[in-house]
Amino acid sequence: MVEKPLDIDQKLCKGCGICYTLCPKKAIKGDEKGKVVVDNPDLCSKCGICESHCPDYAIFVRREKK
Amino acid sequence: MRPELQKLFRMDKLPHIWCPGCGHGIITRAIAEAINESDLDLDKTVIVSGIGCSSRAPGYMHFDTLHTLHGRALAFATGVKLANPELNVFVLTGDGDATAIGGNHFIHAARRNIDLNIILFNNNIYGMTGGQYSPLTPTGKIASTSPYGNPENNFDIPALAIAAGASYVARGTAFHDKLLIDCIKEGIKNKGFSLIEAMSMCPTSYGRRNKMGNAADMLNDLKTTAVNINVAKKLPPEKLEGKFLIGKLHHKPYPEFTQEYDKLIAKLQKGAE
Ligand SMILES: Cc1ncc(C[n+]2csc(CCOP(=O)(O)OP(=O)(O)O)c2C)c(N)n1
Ligand code: SF4
Ligand code: SF4
Ligand code: SF4
Ligand SMILES: [Mg+2]
Repeated sequence: MVEKPLDIDQKLCKGCGICYTLCPKKAIKGDEKGKVVVDNPDLCSKCGICESHCPDYAIFVRREKK
Repeated sequence: MRPELQKLFRMDKLPHIWCPGCGHGIITRAIAEAINESDLDLDKTVIVSGIGCSSRAPGYMHFDTLHTLHGRALAFATGVKLANPELNVFVLTGDGDATAIGGNHFIHAARRNIDLNIILFNNNIYGMTGGQYSPLTPTGKIASTSPYGNPENNFDIPALAIAAGASYVARGTAFHDKLLIDCIKEGIKNKGFSLIEAMSMCPTSYGRRNKMGNAADMLNDLKTTAVNINVAKKLPPEKLEGKFLIGKLHHKPYPEFTQEYDKLIAKLQKGAE
């Protein structure tokens, strides 16, 4: 198991579906209310597409400091 | 949100009022990224807006902000910049705010080439008031005020801005956020009227009526309808039908209003000695 790749603030998520529709790796998905949950953390490439397209600032992709 | 961006937001004001999937949140983040990457003095940066869903954006940003009257953001911003030209002044405005009620301020601020950074959130509709058509609603589209399709022609905002005198003009989208950030950064560097048209999306008051699917579908539409100007140069015209250009569309620096005004004051004061 890799370290948790994403920080998700469930309070901010409005369940619009943008992040998990755009995710190229299918690492995240919607729960029964459409809110984002991490599905396959090992698949996440940390591309950041979900973070930069979330209109509600609910996602933070953890990237190692170089 | 990334910790380093948090300092640019009023985190205690989140969640914001925008609907699920509203493009305005994506664009607001891009603006914060551009400011963050531009090393501006945050204490000398002012963000001005009018009225509309888009004009709510400065309320979430941790700066000196002015939420003014519908259509008058550029008039207020002109006053701020003239009173204190060393300030970095941003104007966040909507398609209705900037091009309908505020259309006259728009062309005259551009004509003066006053050093303002305008980010025009274009969702092709009056979102806040329930979906009336705006001067940027494409012909034929359904709005609450055009239930049989909009019979009017829409403005081409970059063309209007260039004709009126803007010295920097670019367009990005909520999908092409990196390009949008780069355009805003270039606009910040330009000493003069910089207009960035940011293609947004309003699933609630526009997408639903026009059967454009959900927010992700609308983002995908922006992705497939936009063509980078550098790519477009190599394409035959028929390939560009129904598309819009993104990227830097115009950059021609020329003397800026507040600098010219200061020069005039200095000259007249010398004459009075
Ligand atoms: C003087 C005045 N006229 C009309 C209104 C009503 N009004 C509020 S927001 C708005 C349109 C906003 O459209 P836009 O600028 O495109 O912003 P959006 O909500 O789409 O982001 C209108 C007509 C107002 N507040 N004040
Ligand atoms: S994009 Fe943001 S608000 Fe939308 S579902 Fe994903 S986390 Fe939630
Ligand atoms: S960072 Fe990229 S791969 Fe990881 S969840 Fe977000 S969109 Fe998917
Ligand atoms: S009405 Fe449209 S523009 Fe306003 S918050 Fe909702 S989606 Fe965004
Ligand atoms: Mg609008």
